Amino acid sequence: MNGKIGSRFRMRGYIVLCAPDSGTISIVLKWPLSELARFILPAAVALSLTLMQTHPAFAQLKVLACEPEWGALTQELAGDKVSVSSATTALQDPHRIEARPSLIARARNADLLVCSGSELEVGWIPLLLTQSGNARIQPGTLGFLEASQFVSRLEIPTVLDRSLGDIHPAGNPHIHLDPRNIAKVAGVLRDRLAQLDSANADFYKSRTAAFLARWGEAIRHWESQAAPLKGINIVVYHKDLSYLNEWLGMREIGSLEPKPGIPATTAHLSELVAHMQREPAKVIVYSAYNSPQAAQFLSERTKIPAVMLPYTVGGSDRAKDLFGLFDDTLARLLAAQK
Amino acid sequence: MMKPTLVAAAVAAALLLPAAASAVSDAEMSELREQVRQLREQYEKRIEALEQRLQQAEGTAHNAQGAAVKAEGAAATAAEVATKAEAQAVKAESAAIQANTRPASEAAFNPGISVILNGVYANLSQDPGRFQITGFVPTLGDVSPGNRGFNLGESEIAISANADHYFRGTLIASLQPNDSIGVEEANIQSLGLSNGFTFKAGRFLSSVGYLNEIHAHAWDFTDAPLANKVFLGNQLTDDGLQIKWVAPTDVFFETGAEFGRGRAFPGSNRDKNGVGSSNLFAHLGGDIGASTAWLVGLSRLATTAQNRNYDDLDSTGTQVNNSFDGNSRLWALDGLLKWAPNGNSTSSNFKLQGEYFRRNEDGNLTYNTGNAAGAAQGTQTGTLNSAQSGWYAQSVYQFMPMWRVAYRYDRLNSGTVKLGLVDSGALRASDFPIFARNDATRSTLMFDFSPSEFSRLRLQFASDKSRLGETDNQVFLQYIVSLGAHGAHKF
Repeated sequence: MNGKIGSRFRMRGYIVLCAPDSGTISIVLKWPLSELARFILPAAVALSLTLMQTHPAFAQLKVLACEPEWGALTQELAGDKVSVSSATTALQDPHRIEARPSLIARARNADLLVCSGSELEVGWIPLLLTQSGNARIQPGTLGFLEASQFVSRLEIPTVLDRSLGDIHPAGNPHIHLDPRNIAKVAGVLRDRLAQLDSANADFYKSRTAAFLARWGEAIRHWESQAAPLKGINIVVYHKDLSYLNEWLGMREIGSLEPKPGIPATTAHLSELVAHMQREPAKVIVYSAYNSPQAAQFLSERTKIPAVMLPYTVGGSDRAKDLFGLFDDTLARLLAAQK
Repeated sequence: MMKPTLVAAAVAAALLLPAAASAVSDAEMSELREQVRQLREQYEKRIEALEQRLQQAEGTAHNAQGAAVKAEGAAATAAEVATKAEAQAVKAESAAIQANTRPASEAAFNPGISVILNGVYANLSQDPGRFQITGFVPTLGDVSPGNRGFNLGESEIAISANADHYFRGTLIASLQPNDSIGVEEANIQSLGLSNGFTFKAGRFLSSVGYLNEIHAHAWDFTDAPLANKVFLGNQLTDDGLQIKWVAPTDVFFETGAEFGRGRAFPGSNRDKNGVGSSNLFAHLGGDIGASTAWLVGLSRLATTAQNRNYDDLDSTGTQVNNSFDGNSRLWALDGLLKWAPNGNSTSSNFKLQGEYFRRNEDGNLTYNTGNAAGAAQGTQTGTLNSAQSGWYAQSVYQFMPMWRVAYRYDRLNSGTVKLGLVDSGALRASDFPIFARNDATRSTLMFDFSPSEFSRLRLQFASDKSRLGETDNQVFLQYIVSLGAHGAHKF
């Protein structure tokens, strides 16, 4: 009989919840205390105890890069003063990433999120932002950086219609394959790092200056090396090499995708073969994250070499960092000219 | 060498531009940009000309070295001026970029709108009007496979935007084929909270189990698993609050609580202050290498029903209305595994998903609430204690871009339902045929083709043994199309 009375008796408590950063929202919840005690409290206490032991008071700045190129750039500018991780690899199509649990966990702990922007990550970044409960990386804060906002974007569509494929209203987001854009973003990223971690501001500034000096030299070297590529016709897989073409003066005469984001079809490939008979290309290129089949099919039909480009850091053995990415990209394109 | 007026004009124009950028229109901006470009071109031509003259000077006479040195000096100054002008031009250009991306009108603040269109052709071997899942108390909503033949599915209009720096608002209205409009979700979500906390208020899909929180148009099958039908009335939405906390760990750990009205099955609308239902949940997830991601969850939904009624045929063949008052406790355990080669799901990927539910209900069952004419046994009330369970497991395989195949197996266990009225001998078990012992099963095979991220065509076969002693062979043909804002789908 006693047990029965006990189980029916329920204590109720009040919990006041405040937004830590704002101090202005306060919500009062009427919370059945027994439920709270039974489930949430033990879990929360256990977790915070373990966390207190693993997180020192002055932690490194945590940077989450949406794509490997921005991870690599952060590494160049900040060295070991920050911990950098990339949400994606060079073998993953950046358009088709899911907001995996591990990404939510990483977004929750990040101090700075560096993405390409221009809706490249529209399928998953909004979820990371709303699910992570991290005010530091919301749009409009210092911790949210969209690289494409700081360069002149190409291919801003004049007509927006999904029958034209998966087009990006803000322009082509694959900005990193023009190394001059990397330099522009480096300046912005340096300032953000310095603002977020003022103790190391001088370190970031001098390291960025050194990087930009080496980068400028490398660009001059690449430009002279790439002289034979100027004006050649190429066929791409997806429109993710437009900035490379713009920089090197290559002409894109077709793409394996009939429309952006739509996989190659046999009908489209045979049209492309006919088109390439009228307007021959020097090389067919695809990125490390693309399936090679369509490019190889077209290469066999047209006897034009198909070349895999690393696309970003990690896309090939040589593309270990940003310098290696461009070294390898040019080497592969030049080798196909012979 | 250089016309000072030109240089002055260039510098002045370049300096003025950023300040003017906010005031000038796009047309003026592009005109200014054009002018800067022309100026730059002019300088480049001039430098080229200077260089040519320098070469001439070098070539024509060794003895004119003095002149050459002079010319070189002039060229250097000209180059310096040109560099300066170019730097200003870059500044002006970035101002121009900013001015260009500035939204032109109030319409730029319109929320993101998306529309889901959905239609089904159904071929069912059994009459859907008599659909029931024997062994389980009917839910308040419609969980039947729908009408035979061509059916318009539920159309959905979703509108969402950030309200300000604190809140994001979402409204999802569902337009039913019978011309009624429902509010599927209408909630505000916090943006400004930190330390892993998020907060939601309004009407939202409850985070009980895994599939319940996914919108029906993003499901891998046309219909819900049988377990979701009997325990959550297809999909549970409640009006209330949700608070969630993501732990600051490398492994994903999330826990949260929902407090709501309990307006929908397994609860029911009540005239009562305070909390009518509560759901506590936790999720744990992570990666295994680059190719595999996993997520497991546990949740417990507790609610109280009042006059939760349903119709049944008693042993005399009279249709009676019975109702339940009491507590309902539901445990849900869910697991999800997704695999794609190197984590690149474009060409092929695989998904394994399963959920187990267990429900206990304790309270009173009133037989024949309306004292229906012809029911000789009157209105009677007795206790009800039930323990029931069910699960499903499904796998989806994308074997080439655009094409997927999937299989799902459903199983329910009607468990034990103890009725006080039957135990006391007041009524017979055959007065409650809905509680006849039945372990319902269903096998479902699905193929779909998705020409893009925004459309899907589906063919589904199912052998549904929900009804005692009957098999319903079902064929569904379905289209799902989404228009407008690019939705971000939950993992």
